[in-house]
Amino acid sequence: MNAAIILFPGSNREGDAFRALAASGARPALVWHRETHLPPKTDLVVLPGGFSYGDYLRCGAIAARESIMDAVRAHAARGGLVLGICNGFQILVESGLLPGVLMRNAKLRFICRMQHLRVERNDTPFASAYARGQIIKVAIAHGEGNYIADSETIARIEGDGRVAFRYCGANGEADNPNGSINDIAGIYSKGFNVLGLMPHPENLVDALVGGTDGRGLFESLATFARPAA
Amino acid sequence: MSASEPSVTPELAAAHGLKPDEYQRILDLIGRAPTFTELGVFSAMWNEHCSYKSSRLHLRRLPTKAPWVIQGPGENAGIIDIGDGDACVFKMESHNHPSYIEPFQGAATGVGGILRDVFTMGARPVACLNLLRFGEPDHAKTRHLVAGVVAGIGSYGNSFGVPTVAGSTNFGKGYNGNILVNAMAVGIARADEIFYAKATGIGNPIVYLGSKTGRDGIHGATMASASFEADSEDKRPTVQVGDPFTEKLLLEACLELMRTGAVIAIQDMGAAGLTSSAVEMGAKGDLGIELDLDAAPCREPGMSAYEMLLSESQERMLMVLDPGKEAAAEAVFRKWGLDFKIIGKTTDTLRFVVKHEGEIKADLPIKELGDCAPLYDRPHEASPKLPRLLAVDVEAPVPDAEALLALLGTPDLCSSRWIWEQYDHLILGNTIEAPGGDAAVIRIKDGPKGLALTADVTQRYCAADPYEGGKQAVAEAWRNLTAAGALPLAATDNLNFGNPEKPAVMGQFVGCIDGIGDACRALDFPIVSGNVSLYNESSGQAIPPTPSIGGVGVIADVSLAASIAIKREGDAILLIGPAEGWLGQSLYLRDVCGLEEGAPPPVDLALERRNGDFVRRLIAQGTVNAAHDVSDGGLAVALAEMALAGAIGASLALPDTLPSHGFLFGEDQARYIVTAAPAAVDAILREAERAGVVCAALGATGGDALTLGAGTPIFLSELRKAHETWLPTFMD
Repeated sequence: MNAAIILFPGSNREGDAFRALAASGARPALVWHRETHLPPKTDLVVLPGGFSYGDYLRCGAIAARESIMDAVRAHAARGGLVLGICNGFQILVESGLLPGVLMRNAKLRFICRMQHLRVERNDTPFASAYARGQIIKVAIAHGEGNYIADSETIARIEGDGRVAFRYCGANGEADNPNGSINDIAGIYSKGFNVLGLMPHPENLVDALVGGTDGRGLFESLATFARPAA
Repeated sequence: MSASEPSVTPELAAAHGLKPDEYQRILDLIGRAPTFTELGVFSAMWNEHCSYKSSRLHLRRLPTKAPWVIQGPGENAGIIDIGDGDACVFKMESHNHPSYIEPFQGAATGVGGILRDVFTMGARPVACLNLLRFGEPDHAKTRHLVAGVVAGIGSYGNSFGVPTVAGSTNFGKGYNGNILVNAMAVGIARADEIFYAKATGIGNPIVYLGSKTGRDGIHGATMASASFEADSEDKRPTVQVGDPFTEKLLLEACLELMRTGAVIAIQDMGAAGLTSSAVEMGAKGDLGIELDLDAAPCREPGMSAYEMLLSESQERMLMVLDPGKEAAAEAVFRKWGLDFKIIGKTTDTLRFVVKHEGEIKADLPIKELGDCAPLYDRPHEASPKLPRLLAVDVEAPVPDAEALLALLGTPDLCSSRWIWEQYDHLILGNTIEAPGGDAAVIRIKDGPKGLALTADVTQRYCAADPYEGGKQAVAEAWRNLTAAGALPLAATDNLNFGNPEKPAVMGQFVGCIDGIGDACRALDFPIVSGNVSLYNESSGQAIPPTPSIGGVGVIADVSLAASIAIKREGDAILLIGPAEGWLGQSLYLRDVCGLEEGAPPPVDLALERRNGDFVRRLIAQGTVNAAHDVSDGGLAVALAEMALAGAIGASLALPDTLPSHGFLFGEDQARYIVTAAPAAVDAILREAERAGVVCAALGATGGDALTLGAGTPIFLSELRKAHETWLPTFMD
């Protein structure tokens, strides 16, 4: 699994993603945002967390218009895997690779804490190491994670089973940290090859540092066999 | 000289914050009246904030050396050797005045400034901490200030990408007119790849890097060197505006440039901006500096030399480059989209010369700008000594369980989760102990080594007895590091006081310094960097003396770090250190009895060291399952925090030698609570006896309640509600 982590000037969790990928057996490489092409044989593109361009106005809006994103869109169109975490999720919705928008958290404050998620399905390249319905503990750290889309879009996402993770409490009870509609923490593209999520599984890969529930996502990816080109 | 500049008069000098004798000193030094630009330079260099003119004399008494100290005070930050070729670079600095005027930007740029101090030296920042003091909760401005300061700290650190891992926040009337925002940054560098401010070589290019210069923050350092009257709102234009995104670019560009070997010297533009950074680089290297401001990147046209020299626009750096490497250096900065301009050169004249639009705007002796800054031995009066106040002198107004519930819900002891959840404390993936415990613990790179970090001061002790309070601030920081299992190595101090021209305030300063010095010497815990913030006064009312201590310790293997959470049911609870029931200046006395009286608990430094070394040894052996120091609120509050953190209850036997409220809430120093398997207790007690340490088994963990002696059990759910409710209710 060759992973290209796109480095925007204000990315700041690229190292965390790198470490999580490498620990799961993937081969990550950092790709500077001024590049116009992905490295050859890239299987997975990762848009890491951070504040790509400071994000003083609409998070991810400037990054989404960079030329490297044309390469990412082409990669996704070919069925290649794309993972957007936090700011990466924001960039994915800004670049049209995923529907909806991420608004400011309901309480209008940045929030960093441990958060439980329910794994909605495990038949995807990103979640095969989890059980369906499994509750995992990961970190969140964002100010704009309040996912919303028009009702038609939400109905379609739900109808297609494209919700990847939902916020919940440790025992599955309701616990939504940011007001996002239907407790949505992450969604897939129509082809299930693009995943955007607000939480940080890459920060939960080490028993000493909070726990290992995030590993499943990277292990799923690392073991995902590349479809024949 | 330009006709558009005002001519300098004693009145204009006074308006620049220069006293008549200081203005006379300028006239004597240069033998003529200064130009308007030069007056600005002097006011920037000779204000309290930059010159330390009231504090320098006393700061010299602090211990600053140890075999592991690489760099003590005087540089951008202090540096210690943490083994394996790694160095830890850290400093704490205040942004009190600006944060009161404009809390969000004031606090944000405080974080930005201290981060720059750390990465200027070649270190990558790995953690931030802060120490905040606000006015009483029902003061009209307090909520607004808390909301703004917390959001500002969060916005800067979160975007920059450094975890904010620990802090200390409390409230009090003494800060109604002057809040404290002390920010600390910690970075890691290779010990042989450290960069300094000292310029070398003649004719070397001086390069301006980072953001453009604007008209913001002009005279910020002068503003921070005066008390507030009723006009603090009018000072908003002196507060800078932060841009963490640019700071992140500046960090990456600086570290990348440093790796090329092109950097001879580097200094960030902080207080007093370009003036201070240029003068410091030249003065430290015994060189002159010549600047041509026509080349300086400006945000708007028409800026005068005076404005450019005094602007405190953020995210800027000055470097002396190895000649011939300019093009390579510029390429790095262009890559990151930052300004890069050669604006001057080093000279052999020992003068600070500033040219602008074909004129010489300033021509001053560079060494004297710093070295000849006024130095005052201000009159100081010692605070009167207060009487001892033990539990036998104080009647308990309510049952102990009720007192504990009340204390856990007070502004000073309640959970600060509402604050630290707004800080990204997890980024970089190395946070072993998050906020909420004694000290934060972070892993260095892939481990196993780590750092323990803390920021502490107990201002009510300092107000009651500056000397003992100064000692206690150091001892508590040292104890918090120890309780995490770390070996405390060094500290940074951020000395926040009122107007030093008042002998009583100066007496507090001198007393605290003496206490800090004695404690640091006794504990082998030198001060390697720091900052002094004076004139924290409004309408004549000074803040309580608040010498914040930021401590750094090293832990060989982070997997052995201790935390406060009770881990297992049925563990024994042991108290290390003697209980005398000291209630003078305790939170019990203040918040339960409504009295602020008596002397603060004295700190026996030999005992502190003996007990701390013993606890650290137990942690390193893996003998104890949890450890917590006993501080604000005493034993009962410490045990309640341990129970809440682990979601496991405890029951405690009370000795009959002391009134129960003295035993439970007394704030005697040098004490810790540890938990251990029952089978380990005998060995611990024997080892304590050999070490001359008072250690007593007091009870056991287990259940879902805290039981204090024969009192009614208090359910953890009740305790948690009391602990978690106050701050969110106050803020939301």
